[in-house]
Order: sequence, then C-alpha cells, then structure tokens
Amino acid sequence: MPATLFEKVWREHVVTPETRDTPAVLYIDLHLIHEVTTPQAFALLRSQGLSVRRPDLTLATMDHSTPTLPGASFKDVAIVGAAAVQQISQMRKNCADFGISLLDHDSDQRGIVHVIGPELGATQPGKTIVCGDSHTSTHGAFGALAFGIGTTEVAHVLATQCLLQRKPKTLAIEVAGRLGTGVTAKDLILAIIGQIGVNGGTGHVIEYRGEAIRALSMDARMTVCNMSIEAGARAGMIAPDDTTFDYLAGRPRAPRAETWDDAVARWRDLASDDAAQFDTTVSINASQLEPMVTFGTNPGMVVAINEPVPTADGSDASFRKALEYMRLAAGKPLTEASVDVVFVGSCTNSRLSDLQEAAAILDGRRIADGVRMLVVPGSQQIKAQAEAIGLDKIFRSAGAEWRESGCSMCLGMNGDTVPSGKLSVSTSNRNFEGRQGVGARTILASPLTAAASAIRGRVADPRPYLREH
Amino acid sequence: MQPMSQLRSRTVVLATRDIDTDQIIPARFLTATSRAGFGAQLFYDLRFNKDGSPNVEFALNQPGADGCEVLVAGNNFGCGSSREHAVWALLDYGIRAVISTGIADIFRNNGLKNGLLPIVVDAETHQWLLQHPGTEVAIDVARATLQFAGDRCVEFPIDQFARYCLLEGIDQLGFLRQRLPDIELYERHRTWTP
Ligand code: SF4
Repeated sequence: MPATLFEKVWREHVVTPETRDTPAVLYIDLHLIHEVTTPQAFALLRSQGLSVRRPDLTLATMDHSTPTLPGASFKDVAIVGAAAVQQISQMRKNCADFGISLLDHDSDQRGIVHVIGPELGATQPGKTIVCGDSHTSTHGAFGALAFGIGTTEVAHVLATQCLLQRKPKTLAIEVAGRLGTGVTAKDLILAIIGQIGVNGGTGHVIEYRGEAIRALSMDARMTVCNMSIEAGARAGMIAPDDTTFDYLAGRPRAPRAETWDDAVARWRDLASDDAAQFDTTVSINASQLEPMVTFGTNPGMVVAINEPVPTADGSDASFRKALEYMRLAAGKPLTEASVDVVFVGSCTNSRLSDLQEAAAILDGRRIADGVRMLVVPGSQQIKAQAEAIGLDKIFRSAGAEWRESGCSMCLGMNGDTVPSGKLSVSTSNRNFEGRQGVGARTILASPLTAAASAIRGRVADPRPYLREH
Repeated sequence: MQPMSQLRSRTVVLATRDIDTDQIIPARFLTATSRAGFGAQLFYDLRFNKDGSPNVEFALNQPGADGCEVLVAGNNFGCGSSREHAVWALLDYGIRAVISTGIADIFRNNGLKNGLLPIVVDAETHQWLLQHPGTEVAIDVARATLQFAGDRCVEFPIDQFARYCLLEGIDQLGFLRQRLPDIELYERHRTWTP
C-alpha cells in the first residue's frame, strides 16, 4: 500500500491500533518539556505515586517565563514576579526528583525548546515528538511527526511514554516555483495561512511539498512547519532529504558514525510514495509571492506588503473588531502605519540565518528614532555563533538590544512586553489580542521586513533595502 | 474527573470567531504551578477594564450570564496555544460545555480530558443559538444530543472513547497504564531505538 510520510511514521509507532471504541496507543520517541506546561503534570504523577518511565527520552529546558536580559541570571527572574521564580524552582525540583536532566539557565545548550531540539540533533526524521506546546509542529521540518499536547497528556507521556490518539487526516500543500529575492519562508507560510484560513488544517497533518519546499534550508523549513498550528493543523511535515541529513550530521544527539548510514537509509525511505493519497491537496505558487504582513488579530489576516488592508463585508463583526483593536483603517496600506517596537526572535525566526537576514539590512544603518528593537537569539548556541561573526555588534550599533535566548516578546510572560496600544512588527507567530502584552498591536512579518521597518519607523518592504546595499 | 451524563443550563454567547487561548487565559497568568483558581483570570482582558473594574459590555458580565454552564462561541473556538489552563479556567469559572461550529483540535482534546464538553453543531443550529443568548439547552452525553428551542434536537459528534470516559468519569491515564505490557513489548521489538 502506498503511504504518505505521515502514515509511515504513524504506523511505525502504533503500540495498539485504534478501534471504534478506543484510540490508538502511540509511542513517543522524544518528549520535550518546559517550565510552563509541566508543573501540574508532575503533580499528577506525584499524586498517583508514578515515576517518569523514560527520562532518557525526555529533554527539558526553560524558555517561556525565563528573562532574556543581558547576562540574565536567576535573580532576574524576580523581575517577572514571585510566581515565575516559583515556577522555575519547581521545574528544577521536578527534573531532579524524577531523574530528568535539565538544560538550565547556566547551560550553554539552553534555549527555546523548539530551537534546541533540532540544534542538538535530538529532533530526527521518523521520530514521534511531543511537547506541551503547540509549536511542536516545528520539528516536522525533519520528517518527524511532532505535535503539541495539553498538560494532562504531558503526564500521560511522562508516565507511559505513550499517548492515546485518533489518526488525523492528511493535507498536502504543494508549493511550486521559487521564492523571489526578499521573500522568505515566513512570507510563504503567512501566505499559506491566508489562503487556507486559521482553521484550514483542523484535524489534519500537513505535508509541505514541491520545488519551493525542497529548495529551503532547514532553518526555513522549520519556520514553515512552526506555523502549521496557526492554520489549525495537528502537525506539519516535510520529507527528509540531503538538506536534512547534512544539517543533522555531527550534532551531539544525532546518530554516531557506526549507526549514521543505517539511520540515513531508514530516513530516505520515509518520503511519501508517489502513489500515496492525501485526503486534501492545496496548491500555491511561490514565485508570485511578495513579502507578507498581518493586519488583524490572527495569522490568517494577512496581505502582501504593498496592498491595502482589506475591507470587511459589513456584517463581519469579528473582522471589524480585529481592525478596531489594531487601530488600522480598511483600504489604507500598512506601510503608512508607524512602528513602536520591532522584535526579531521566537521559535519561528530566531535561528542564525534569521539573525543574519536582519543584520544584512541593519548593517551600517540606524533604527528610526522612537523605535525599540529587540533581537533575541533562539538559543545560547545561536547567540555564541552570532557573536562569533559579529552580528551582535551590527545590532547594537544599529540601536537594537541584543539579548540572552528565550521566548521573550513572543508572549507576555517573561518581562519582555509591548506596551499597551503600541504597534509591534514581530517575527513571532501570533498576533492575537494581548499576546505580546495587554493591548499590544502585533504585525507578523519576516526578519527582513522587521529590520526594514525598524529603520524606516513604518512598516516597510525590505526589498529596496536589500538593493541599496 | 467528575462523571458527566446530562447538563441543563442557560447559555452565554460570545459570537466572535477564532477566540484563541491567549484571550481565554492570557500568558502572564501561566506562571502558576497548580490547576486551581484560573477562573478568576478567565477572559481577563475582555472581562475587566484596565482599572480592574468589570467591563459591563462583555457577555459574561451581563445580567443573566451568572450561573450559565454552557458557552456558545463563534467558529474555531480555542485556537492557538496548547495551554490546558484555558480549559481549567473555563471549568473553574463554571463553564462545562462549549458549543460552536468549529473547535480547535488541542483545545477539544484538553476539554475532553477534563470534563469540559466540546460540542460542534451545524451552521443553522449555531445561528439560532447565537441569536438567542440565555436560552435553555439540554445536553445528553450518552445519546450525544443537544436539545434547544424547546423541542429542537441535534446530535453532535463525539469520540466513543471520550464519551465513555466522560460518562464514567474515567481517568485516561489509568487506561493507558493498563497497556504497559504492550508498550514494553513494543519497545523490545522495534527495529531501531530513539
Ligand atoms: S517562542 Fe513563542 S511560540 Fe515559540 S515556544 Fe516560545 S512562546 Fe511558544
């Protein structure tokens, strides 16, 4: 039977198959945990006297409520509040009590959970990967089946290394052509969500396919898969290929020399068979895309950079509410909107190539007066790599802040927030009301667009800035 | 989890679509390490004004909303973050079922594991419910039916296993742990190890 990438990974992990009355028991190869969605799961284990079944398949770090102030230390957590201090202490205690090694604040391997999994080579093709975090879909870029779960399910995986799951449907997104200059993976995924809608993927696992996807680097593929959840999908996947294997070779948790060739052979077989059927197929052409920006309060409310904000049909109260919240007028281009904050970071766009793109635009320039710009690397390793090639100097001399790694301004719970009413151009993944802080107005964009907007002080098309250089 | 078989309640209506879990429970409240008490922060930035006073415009603050256990919401309710805190907050506040034309996957899953019933209905039923806030509805979990407008009745889809767990108040972890011998067997026989 011809099978899709998803089906191949799924069937290999079925411990007991699903029936009409019961879901499948699905084995989990890698469980990522962080401080925010685990305390209640460990509490459940304690209340039932259970242990963590496979601490060796559990990778723990702290990122969400962790401050990113330069040289941040435990005392800085106090800035976020007593509850965050307690949460971080609890994470340390939970990991210590249950025998899980924790990449703590002092670890040079620490970072955003979805950045360090791949970086350490723990994320691999064909694995099932879960985390109490919806952007677990990021890891699908390697051909893993990776999805977010709730805290009760975190407890299930801790206790049994398995989950109860019904098999999702499959959605193929075929991306033809090549992205143009100044148009990135972020623009592509925003365009896809704009096309299929924020619930276009509900109940489905997406496989991104086609020439444009094959041409993407691993960093860019992660950006695409990261935002699968913003289309409501359970997961997003890309078939592994040489780009994937080259990325993984030599990483600390990747297969070692003796087992590497076997692993690669197994990984090569994961790609969807030619005759495999998907439940749904959607097509998009990458060559016609422009840099994309959001104008509303969900990632599906998106336009090309030079297009005006669309006009709602009069009866659409949700649309009007979103524009009111954003204080943007229908029919006007976003490039007239003046920018207060620019954030380059998050598990969507905080990898080295993202920082290099932002730096290419900022190099030799200054950000506009009145703009605050934060550049937050996705991990401590990326921070070190960026500093080794002098990116920190470019950011600082442009007037931006250079931070320790963490989730930072992606969500308002670690001290980094956008003040109420202020407009932020952000490389993160959610422009929800209040996501970056109470009353914060968020425009999602690529690192190129974010950097260009910082310089211009208004939302900006990055392409002229690339040409001038 | 408390068993749940019948629920009869008036409804409270939030007609907006794509209500995400950041709106249900803003991230800054997620530093808590227990499940209790999130009801106080439910829909915080919508429910309260900047000075902390209740926003009288908001559905949950309107006369008649008190004591409603069923929330009728716009399409794609619970999208966004996987935070189970959103479900805990709704339950702690007193909401035990959410009705919409679409409910996000992870939220639905989280709901079913905690005894918050996600009910997906057709567009016509949804429209009627949106237009009649405060109406009395009756939910029968065993029959998977929603009765409204007096005698109108629709079936809603529900996973067999989730329904069984709801009716019996079964903890799914217990069920999963009974499969441990199968899990060990799986681990012994797999051709590669993660
Ligand atoms: S960077 Fe943002 S989206 Fe990614 S894990 Fe952190 S909070 Fe979640």
